Amino acid sequence: MTIWQTFLSRRNTLDSPVLPFVTVLLSLTILASIGNLWIPADSALHVSTYTITLLGKYLSFAMLALAVDIVWGYCGILSLGHGAFFALGGYAMGMYLMRQIGTRGVYGDPILPDFMVFLDWDVLPWYWLGMDQFWFAMLMVLLVPGLLAFVFGWLAFHSRVTGVYLSIITQALTYALMLAFFRNEMGFGGNNGLTDFKDLLGFNLQADTTRVSLLLCSAALLAGIFVLSQWVLKSRFGKVIEAIRDGEPRVRFLGYRTDRYKVAIFVYSAMIAGIAGALYVPQVGIINPGEFAPLNSIEIVVWVAVGGRGTLYGAVIGALLVNYAKTRFTALMPDGWLFALGALFVLVTVFLPNGLAGVYGQVKASVKRNASDEQSPHQKSEAS
Amino acid sequence: MTMNNTPRLMRRDQVWPFLQPARAGINVDKDIILYIEDLSVSFDGFKALNNLNLYINDGELRCLIGANGAGKTTLMDVITGKTECDSGSVYFGQTLNLLNYKEAEIAELGIGRKFQKPTVFEAQTVFDNLELAMKSNKRLLPTLLARLSPSEVDRIDEVLVTIGLIENRAQLAGALSHGQKQWLEIGMLLVSKPRLLLIDEPVAGMTAEETERTAELLTSLAGKHTVVVVEHDMEFVRSIARTVTVLHQGSVLAEGSMDEIQNNPDVIQVYLGEEP
Repeated sequence: MTIWQTFLSRRNTLDSPVLPFVTVLLSLTILASIGNLWIPADSALHVSTYTITLLGKYLSFAMLALAVDIVWGYCGILSLGHGAFFALGGYAMGMYLMRQIGTRGVYGDPILPDFMVFLDWDVLPWYWLGMDQFWFAMLMVLLVPGLLAFVFGWLAFHSRVTGVYLSIITQALTYALMLAFFRNEMGFGGNNGLTDFKDLLGFNLQADTTRVSLLLCSAALLAGIFVLSQWVLKSRFGKVIEAIRDGEPRVRFLGYRTDRYKVAIFVYSAMIAGIAGALYVPQVGIINPGEFAPLNSIEIVVWVAVGGRGTLYGAVIGALLVNYAKTRFTALMPDGWLFALGALFVLVTVFLPNGLAGVYGQVKASVKRNASDEQSPHQKSEAS
Repeated sequence: MTMNNTPRLMRRDQVWPFLQPARAGINVDKDIILYIEDLSVSFDGFKALNNLNLYINDGELRCLIGANGAGKTTLMDVITGKTECDSGSVYFGQTLNLLNYKEAEIAELGIGRKFQKPTVFEAQTVFDNLELAMKSNKRLLPTLLARLSPSEVDRIDEVLVTIGLIENRAQLAGALSHGQKQWLEIGMLLVSKPRLLLIDEPVAGMTAEETERTAELLTSLAGKHTVVVVEHDMEFVRSIARTVTVLHQGSVLAEGSMDEIQNNPDVIQVYLGEEP
């Protein structure tokens, strides 16, 4: 039996959230694209290129939130270091974009990026080789975060590190990478990172059409990954993953090697984070070690908590809303954002333990409770 | 004692490991499924198990009783690979040395365990719980591509009937009553088609009616499976047990039928004697 056949046969289990999610996501991005490209700038319906880029950025964050939700919401692994995988994917894309600059850099060197000329390097470091090929760079977008997650996950899950200890070492991981990438000798541009990109696959990154294409790409990839993840998590594999969250020792006694399952889901999630990073970099035009900052990784967790864990679409909604709020808030009151974020996290944890995605369930449950309270005691005892 | 001091390869009672087939099936030619010999476990100097010897016959229903701290749960932990022992041996059939296997492998060999506290996966349906527990290839990729065959669905439904939860098939396991969760957990053991079932306090917290049904369920399992039950409830033990083993301070104090046990002077002194 091929994978495709099982995929099709499981279509009926891909029920409720998939179709509405994909439809809404794709139609909104297509509408925004039309609004940018074909509606004249003086019309009220015109969508500015700034907004398009902003939307593209939000969608890559949404994908990152999806990745965190897969490990946290479904498998109970609270990773506070997913920003590292995101940044590594971003750096892989950034290296490709750097090589695309060619002689248009400030120093006009056909091979070396500007910062290497500035550091008086004569040859390209070995790990930059091949990065001028798009396919190779895209492979690295998946492989580098995947490999790191594999090694890290293998060590951590094999020695049964769980809970808060795991969260702390994921923080340490991203912090260590941040310090490493800040160093000029690493060959990734030091604290300036990689920037001043010109084009992607020959298309000018500043052009409206490229921006719109990037947005559409982000939306399509997000939709694809959403469907794939939904399929993975609805399979028996997904049931095992959820069972690990609720009682890992029990799953082990059922005969599943839980450490391998955790490594697998962690690697899968890290690869999604890598793709998100690769989509983020061409849209914002820069990648620097700041992306590794532990604070960023914690913010992702807040997005997921706000949207609701363990639903996938909740994580996407959370990422979009919180980032929109962030854009608005930092424009009005730049210093207040972190306080607002903290307050949001506390409020959500106290009042909406299941996040925004859980509001419907919470309301339904309270209505049901009220209804059963109105029954006479006699009926109630019968019902129970 | 001299035997245990002999190097492993020189021991005449054992086949050299490299002569054994890699995945030998369980060998119960002597009608004994579990050999536990000279088993000792200590935690920070406290001897939880002290030179314990125990043999379980194939297909029997055995009850283990003993006061708190007698080592019942530790014994189960060692058999299922959760706790490492200091010395001694645990053989599953004549050839499989359980001390060389990890938890998941021991489960695969055919030893199922039910914990004291019911641990079902509450966020998943009763049916899904059984699907997860089913005997199947539990490696990553087969699990990802797994589909239930009609015969597997029938098998699950059969178990659902046995444990009396067929009407709760699509319900979330978290919504079951305490007794139902215990049965579901026994059902999870059954779908995995184990040779040996280790059941820890199955009737704790159950109503009289539920206890009675559990007793019926367990006696119906003996014969097809070997069942080892750890229990405090003496009435319950009396209703199901053919052979009872009494543990005391980490070793076997007495073994025999319930009547023999209750008339055994040692047992009366250390265990039953404690009760007013």
